[in-house]
Amino acid sequence: MSVPTCQVAVLGAGIVGAACARALAQADFQVVIIDPNPIGSGATAAGMGHILLIDDSPAQFALTQNSRQQWNDLAPELPDDCEFVKCGTLWLAADEDELDEVRRKEERFRAAGVAAEVLDTRQLAAAEPNLRAGLLGAFFIPDDRVIYPPCAARWMIEEAQRHGTQLRTGVSAIEVTGKEVRLSDGSRISVEFTVHATGCGTAKMLPGVPIRPRKGHLIITDRYPGFVRHALLELGYIKKAHGTDTDSVSCVVHPRRTGQVLVGSSRQFDAESKDVDPRMLARVVARATEFLPGLTRLSGIRAWTGFRAATPDGLPLIGPYPELPGLYLATGHEGHGITTSLGTAELIVDHLTGRTPRLPLEPYLPARFSGVPAHA
Amino acid sequence: MPETIRIKVNGVAVDVPEHTNVAAAVTRAGHVHFRRSVTGQPRGPLCGMGICFECRVTIDGQPHRRSCQVLCRPGMEIQTDDA
Ligand SMILES: Cc1cc2nc3c(=O)[nH]c(=O)nc-3n(C[C@H](O)[C@H](O)[C@H](O)COP(=O)(O)OP(=O)(O)OC[C@H]3O[C@@H](n4cnc5c(N)ncnc54)[C@H](O)[C@@H]3O)c2cc1C
Ligand code: FES
Repeated sequence: MSVPTCQVAVLGAGIVGAACARALAQADFQVVIIDPNPIGSGATAAGMGHILLIDDSPAQFALTQNSRQQWNDLAPELPDDCEFVKCGTLWLAADEDELDEVRRKEERFRAAGVAAEVLDTRQLAAAEPNLRAGLLGAFFIPDDRVIYPPCAARWMIEEAQRHGTQLRTGVSAIEVTGKEVRLSDGSRISVEFTVHATGCGTAKMLPGVPIRPRKGHLIITDRYPGFVRHALLELGYIKKAHGTDTDSVSCVVHPRRTGQVLVGSSRQFDAESKDVDPRMLARVVARATEFLPGLTRLSGIRAWTGFRAATPDGLPLIGPYPELPGLYLATGHEGHGITTSLGTAELIVDHLTGRTPRLPLEPYLPARFSGVPAHA
Repeated sequence: MPETIRIKVNGVAVDVPEHTNVAAAVTRAGHVHFRRSVTGQPRGPLCGMGICFECRVTIDGQPHRRSCQVLCRPGMEIQTDDA
């Protein structure tokens, strides 16, 4: 039996797999992208779609800066249904500790030469009239945006297809053995490289890869144009995003181009069911309402959950899986994978071509974890 | 005899009996189309019991209120989407 050949199999057609397929196809690889489900229907459909800079570690800051630049360069090309809006981010400071964090952010951004601004109480109230009175200030990042992720994933795959990529949905990869990928319909594809962009699915196929699903709840309102104007995050968010195993909620509120208000979010490990938990959703809304009292007057029309693929250090796993030559990981993006999909794709092309990388490769290598076999 | 109260629909004064709901008042003011759907189609009350959300109007500046579920109060200002 003849086995069809493709240079690279990308497993998973979420935003990360889509970005990898596009970048690889543009670098003249012959690509097949495989997913049992429709494009972008995993975490990519559930996420909030904030394209933002995260400066909690030098590696995350570098990856998000690279990625955001790529997103902003794509702005003129993205189709209208991606709803790409340059709303900027406001990190909200509610107490003196958080105001200190605003100052530390200001230093880090200045050192990196990235545009940002500190707003005082009065400037913040003018920027967002629906915020409660008495917030101490905010850190404003003008070039952050929001996007509708599943449409962006679909567009990237269309771009990849224009460069010859084959899309195979309705089948999953069940085994990757060196130079071959075995699919659920019994067929096999012979490959030189495989890129695992399976998000929370990675740990199921590759035990030992340290990824834990972390559930989040979101709710979206009817259309109230102008209710918020920027993507709003409380400064406590990063502490909670990294924090411990305990359940947490933080205020994250986005304006959508439709005038809808997207409200999040929670973080929960070990929550297996996809169902909306009304108590957790109530906590999410209560937290957001502490910042935006007028939220209680808006009607929510839909609530849902999604799972983030969390790693122990909050950084994604990008690079070779040491035990199996030819297998690469592009997974574990926790709550930032919409943003970092583009930087991830660039790193994957760096690995596969051996060209000189713009980003450091080391901080994202899967081999940094002892659970992953360490030798190359 | 119920008392009459005065409200405004799209800026025009309308007198309605006390305990009239907003949907009835807007209809009495001569409007069939209460709002426009996302794609611009005209919409109006359907279920009359708070389920279908087709009867939404802006009441005293607050958008997306279900008119069939709200009673008129003196001085209330109601806007339909075509106002
Ligand atoms: C509540 C919430 C809010 C978020 N907000 C943001 C935000 O504001 N900004 C941001 O940047 N990120 C955000 N994220 C994170 C972001 O959504 C994810 O990091 C991102 O979608 C991950 O994309 P992915 O392609 O890795 O995973 P997914 O979208 O989950 O895609 C993985 C795909 O792999 C497929 N798959 C699984 N197993 C196999 C197999 N064996 N063979 C083939 N295919 C397989 C699945 O079907 C799936 O389609 C948020 C996430 C959540 C849950
Ligand atoms: S008419 Fe159906 S909700 Fe008012």
